[in-house]
Amino acid sequence: MYSKNVKSTCRKKDRATSSLRYSYKRHLKEKIIELLLFLAAFFSVLITFSIVFMLIKESYIFFQHVSVWEFLTDTQWTPLFDNAHYGILPLVSGTVVSSAIALLVALPLGTTIAIYLSEFASYTVRETAKPFLELLGGIPTIVYGYFALLFVTPLLQMIFPKLPGFSLLSAGLVMGIMIIPYVSSMTEDAMRSVPMHLREGSYAMGATRFQTAIKVVMPAAFSGIAAAYILGISRAVGETMVVAIAAGMQPNLTWNPMEQAATITAYIVQVSLGDLPHGSIGYQTIFAAGLTLLLITLTFNILGHLLRKRYRETY
Amino acid sequence: MSDEKKLEELRTIIARHKRWDLIFLIAGVFVLMIALLTFMALFTQMLIDGAPRLSWEFFTSFPSRRPESAGILSAWVGTTLVMLVTAITAVPLGIAAGVYLEEYASKNLFTELIEINVTNLAGVPSIIYGLLALGLFVYQLGLGQSILAAGLTLALLILPIVIVATREAIRSIPVVIREGSYALGATKWETVADHLLPYSAPGILTGIIIGLARAIGETAPIITIGALTFIAFLPPPPIKSEFPFISFEWLAAPFTVMPIQMFNWVSRPEEAFQFNAAAAGLILVVMTLAMNALAIYLRYRMRKKIKW
Amino acid sequence: MVKNTIAESEANSTSPGQHKSLVKNLSFYYGGFNALKNIDMVLHEKQVTALIGPSGCGKSTFLRCFNRMHDLYPGNRYEGNIVLYPDNENILSPDIDPIEVRMRISMVFQKPNPFPKSIYENVAYGLRVRGIKQRAMLDEKVEDALRNAALWDEVKDRLNDLAFNLSGGQQQRLCIARALATDPEILLFDEPTSALDPIATASIEELIADLKNKVTILIVTHNMQQAARVSDYTAYMYLGQLIEFDMTDTIFIKPKNKQTEDYITGRFG
Repeated sequence: MYSKNVKSTCRKKDRATSSLRYSYKRHLKEKIIELLLFLAAFFSVLITFSIVFMLIKESYIFFQHVSVWEFLTDTQWTPLFDNAHYGILPLVSGTVVSSAIALLVALPLGTTIAIYLSEFASYTVRETAKPFLELLGGIPTIVYGYFALLFVTPLLQMIFPKLPGFSLLSAGLVMGIMIIPYVSSMTEDAMRSVPMHLREGSYAMGATRFQTAIKVVMPAAFSGIAAAYILGISRAVGETMVVAIAAGMQPNLTWNPMEQAATITAYIVQVSLGDLPHGSIGYQTIFAAGLTLLLITLTFNILGHLLRKRYRETY
Repeated sequence: MSDEKKLEELRTIIARHKRWDLIFLIAGVFVLMIALLTFMALFTQMLIDGAPRLSWEFFTSFPSRRPESAGILSAWVGTTLVMLVTAITAVPLGIAAGVYLEEYASKNLFTELIEINVTNLAGVPSIIYGLLALGLFVYQLGLGQSILAAGLTLALLILPIVIVATREAIRSIPVVIREGSYALGATKWETVADHLLPYSAPGILTGIIIGLARAIGETAPIITIGALTFIAFLPPPPIKSEFPFISFEWLAAPFTVMPIQMFNWVSRPEEAFQFNAAAAGLILVVMTLAMNALAIYLRYRMRKKIKW
Repeated sequence: MVKNTIAESEANSTSPGQHKSLVKNLSFYYGGFNALKNIDMVLHEKQVTALIGPSGCGKSTFLRCFNRMHDLYPGNRYEGNIVLYPDNENILSPDIDPIEVRMRISMVFQKPNPFPKSIYENVAYGLRVRGIKQRAMLDEKVEDALRNAALWDEVKDRLNDLAFNLSGGQQQRLCIARALATDPEILLFDEPTSALDPIATASIEELIADLKNKVTILIVTHNMQQAARVSDYTAYMYLGQLIEFDMTDTIFIKPKNKQTEDYITGRFG
């Protein structure tokens, strides 16, 4: 962009040089700095590669002991027992149920908040509520776990006396509340990026706020809202501490939210808390579980980002 | 249209539609209230359980088998040291990567790859970082369950946050500033170091604070690398009385951090430990809330002050 | 051409249409900024009235008072009256629902703003907002509106296409069809051709001339020739004030006010 000629005529520091000649010294310094900055950026790619490499490396050893077929179809997950079974399904069911409950809470409530803040609320309400929601999103997940176990579960037990001390329901509910700010802020971003003249077009036809929000703004922001939902799913699937604390760590092939069951993440926590020797099959199972988790979240993330990119290009 | 009957009709339709507006308005406020109430419940619950435990002794005692004499000394010292490692690693790396992507990178396939990679890293569940750290730092590099390993793990975790914040802050500086600097004969790096970085500092700082607030509360990756939950000693001090006065032994020391300590107490069956958990949680929440509030405030001030 | 219009407007002036709307002492404030000052004007039924003036003179602000668009943003305040006939009611009154006003007075914007929906659904939007659900009725009204907006022949085979796929001029005619579908009493145009090329502009102007028989039109334009071509009455505004209002020919040929004359003849500023 700036040719060599232009660069050498712009002398800021070394005034001592007699001519407008191209300064190799300065050029070299610039190149070195650029290289260092590039290495920093490249480092992020290295992280991804190491994650993938590490998970695949340990999983590879794991899958030499356990066939992929068994891993995907066996209905028991008891890698630490004498009679070991390596079926990921119980962990997947726990993950699916807790995430589904969380999403049943987070998507409708998050969307309602987003529509309210973007289309209904006054400037003051919006500018107060948004930082507040952001603060809620910043609370450590371990604290939400504590809240689920010691506040929400006893509360739910008053309604459902048969609810055990650990349950997918309680963990899912709290996880849902936890990701409301995440969903609502991304949904609201998407809705606010819809240009004002579209809203004016709708209002000028005599539409109410609700009609404008539902019939014009939401369809216009569709891909952004879909991205928010998908990233919300990924977030719920990867969430660890709330489920590890409140849903129990017992692998349990169930679709019943009133039971306790381990998720993929909770299993990794459970194993890590114990004292498993490096290189044992138990050690490798958490990498196989981690690989499964990464594949699930990566799929959602890529999908979400593609959708997000689409709406950013439209407006 | 102007005849009375049609107008009447119109008015009933409007009234019906407006009812929906009202219903939704109430729903919106109601849901916001739920969020607010949840937060209040969470905070009050911890306050009721935890506040009585908050005392000077709580901060200056090691964990103990007896809940009433247990404290968080090793936990907060651990958190501080781990955060130190995290910040020292993630901040320069993240800023450098952000500057490269925003100012230096030409639009090509490789740069695009790095960008997609950064966005994806931000969405990788934190426990996966824990698995990476377990395999790479703890065993491959032989760092063990040390402060260094934990700090590096969290640094990887918040790197995308710092990169994105840096990029956004730099992007918001108008081109004319860059052109002004180049026109005076500055090189690219001089432009970055003399103008772009100073002007984007508040934005970058906001990102760093948010990242560190996130790191402070992270539990899963630290558990995964196998951090011990019961530590009744402090890491060796960084300053020594004899030459060379500075020691880095603390980097290799075993440790515990606040969220791990809290997790340990939450999982105990005795109720008394749960009061300790509440007290530790209260401190965690106050710390993260304060950091996030500071970040929000900084951003708010920045928006008010700087109008390019 | 000028002579022809004089003859026509004189014919009109001998039998002026009824008043559709009467603006009395209208002032408007954006927060503390007084954007419109004591405006008095009339809209003649089934005539085209043009608002001209330099940018920032308040002509768009004035236009947007007619369908209470300013109600969408906080801190805006109206004073005075815009009386709508035959109801003989002040549409700026707080008792009047802006939604009802907007259902009776449609608007076409500066930049074509079709909704991200199909061509059909764009035109049907206003009808659906009014609670019309019968498919046959919708079909009929959509076709009528598209015909009136001179767009039917171009889009009749692809009514389910996304409206964004139309050209700029077609999008603007679609927005006009959208506004017409609900049989408005007044149609507001806010510089409808400023984002269009000359050919598309010509077709919109033709359309406005046709629509005159059906609906009262108020149009803001930054283009004096356009005002002269399409309007029966013209109002010249400057700094939030109505400087002169008269029949278009009078304004363009023998304006009474020196300021108007300077603007018309290009000596303005």
